[in-house]
Amino acid sequence: MQVVFEQIINGLTIGSFYGLIALGYSMVYGVLKLINFAHGDFFALGSYLGYTLLIFGSAFVTSLFGLWGGMIAAMLVAAICLAFVGILVERVAYRPIYPAGRLPAVVSALGASIILQNVIMVIWGPRYQAYPAKLIPNIHLQVWGVHITVLQLVILLLSFFIMAVLYYIIQRTTFGAAIRASAMDRDTAALMGINFNKVIFFIFTLGPALGALTGVMVGMYYRQISFTMGWNYGLKAFTATILGGIGNLPGAMFGGLILGVLEMLGAAYISAAWKDVFVFLILIMVLIFRPTGLFGETTAEKV
Amino acid sequence: MQVKKIAGFDRIFYFRKKTFLGLLILFGAYPFLVSNYYIDIGFFFGIYALLGLSLNIVLGEVGLFDLGHAGFYAIGAYTTAILNTKCGIPIFILLPVSALAAALFAYMVCSPIIHLRGDYLCIVTIGMGEIVRLALINNPLDLTGGPNGVFGIDFPSVGNIFVIDSSIEYYFLIWVAVALSIYGLSRLQQSRIGRAWNCIREDEVAAKANGIDVRYYKLLAFVLGAALAGVAGNIYASKLMCVSPESFTFWESCLMFCIVLIGGMGSIPGVLIGAAAISLFPEIFRPFAMYRMLVFGGAMILMMVFRPGGIWPRKRGISGK
Repeated sequence: MQVVFEQIINGLTIGSFYGLIALGYSMVYGVLKLINFAHGDFFALGSYLGYTLLIFGSAFVTSLFGLWGGMIAAMLVAAICLAFVGILVERVAYRPIYPAGRLPAVVSALGASIILQNVIMVIWGPRYQAYPAKLIPNIHLQVWGVHITVLQLVILLLSFFIMAVLYYIIQRTTFGAAIRASAMDRDTAALMGINFNKVIFFIFTLGPALGALTGVMVGMYYRQISFTMGWNYGLKAFTATILGGIGNLPGAMFGGLILGVLEMLGAAYISAAWKDVFVFLILIMVLIFRPTGLFGETTAEKV
Repeated sequence: MQVKKIAGFDRIFYFRKKTFLGLLILFGAYPFLVSNYYIDIGFFFGIYALLGLSLNIVLGEVGLFDLGHAGFYAIGAYTTAILNTKCGIPIFILLPVSALAAALFAYMVCSPIIHLRGDYLCIVTIGMGEIVRLALINNPLDLTGGPNGVFGIDFPSVGNIFVIDSSIEYYFLIWVAVALSIYGLSRLQQSRIGRAWNCIREDEVAAKANGIDVRYYKLLAFVLGAALAGVAGNIYASKLMCVSPESFTFWESCLMFCIVLIGGMGSIPGVLIGAAAISLFPEIFRPFAMYRMLVFGGAMILMMVFRPGGIWPRKRGISGK
């Protein structure tokens, strides 16, 4: 029984990674109806920046505030850098194409994804990089016989906290209402005095920043990062987004968590080699019976 | 002087007989003027053109987001590879067999999901493509050879008399296939089926109201597109003499998607230009060495910024929205 709980906790950890990346996808999709294929690469770039910061920049911070201080510094700086990258990509690759409709933006997003991936490859090289083990806290806990690392606990709590804050911003504040209004009908929202550029600025700084945060956490959790990992995580996170119902933020979070747990349980009890097949099969099954995702609205898409 | 137009083609290529003949001579003479390396580039241009044409049926004509087309391509290639190496069936006989296998697969997979709209269909096709690739890697029934793939596929031949085994012959094989597909698809575009497809793309509700069987025509597009991708898979497998799962990744599906959009949705000459862009750009930019994919990505963005409708959009007042 303990093993099941351990698997579920592992699954929740991975699921919270997927969920945090999925939030970025979902926000951009909700407002712009654009599948931002570059989002996975924001995440990978964040992970590499965190790696460099952890090795060079935050040794100083670590000496002042300890291991956790260095970690937090790496996460924050990576997130801030990626917020700038996100805005840059939006200005260069997406903004000129909005009037042309949705499909050209997909090609442009793929182009941005290629560029980001190759920037990482040119700067850090095509080999795997390993996060320095001695800069990451490594404490085990045992709660009722269930093993859990403190890092896992921190990752889980931090992601739930971020999700809660984001949920509050979107659902309870005036600015959140503006975002939801722009997602429903952009033109009408603009007529009501909502500054659409502000909304875009918000989603393209927060989404990549969350991606970078996740990237650093993934680096710490798995210790090993590669320049192509944005593609894999991006695909999983996109799956999570759709599973939860695209454009629906709590849906994206739950989609990610469900996906992570299913993946871990599938790997443990069915077959590790077939776990991704299992994940995609579940997605297809869900969509056959609920065509707009688990938590998606049942409104028909306008043609 | 009045220039006669070639029936059927004038609506698709929008240019006259002379231009058409010029292109024919250019494509025919090309392999005799350059080295084997460039002939192979020409061959892969042809493969991408065929794949682009096959995805163009689904994405360009009907407007269904299909980002898992590499799955159909893989089914065609592996059908050829397995039946040829295990049962010794000649490649040319496997050509229609691969097409049928891919079409059957598309029919079975797409029937339950064809009612999904837009991006939901997109992710399901991505999932389908990934499932095919992962299944090939996991080597079910010991048929697919796992990550290494299948080796030792024959040359296409008719008895011992007519064997295709050089770069030039492969070049002509693929371009004959492309030319036949272009002819067939251009006829299809103007037929009742093509009109029904375009009608569904422009307004699905109106199409349904006009008595078009939306489900049937969407499935037909998937089945035909998959069959053509299966043909491409067959030729690809016999050219490389081996197939492995890494040739059929999600990235490959994305490239096909870009071919259709860079060229212009639903436009056959556009597909050819898109295929040329995708297959030739990385070669042209080879001097940039490790920066060439950076240039490639930049070119994709610039292309969409300056020509969002594609390089050669289809004339009929249709946008890619």
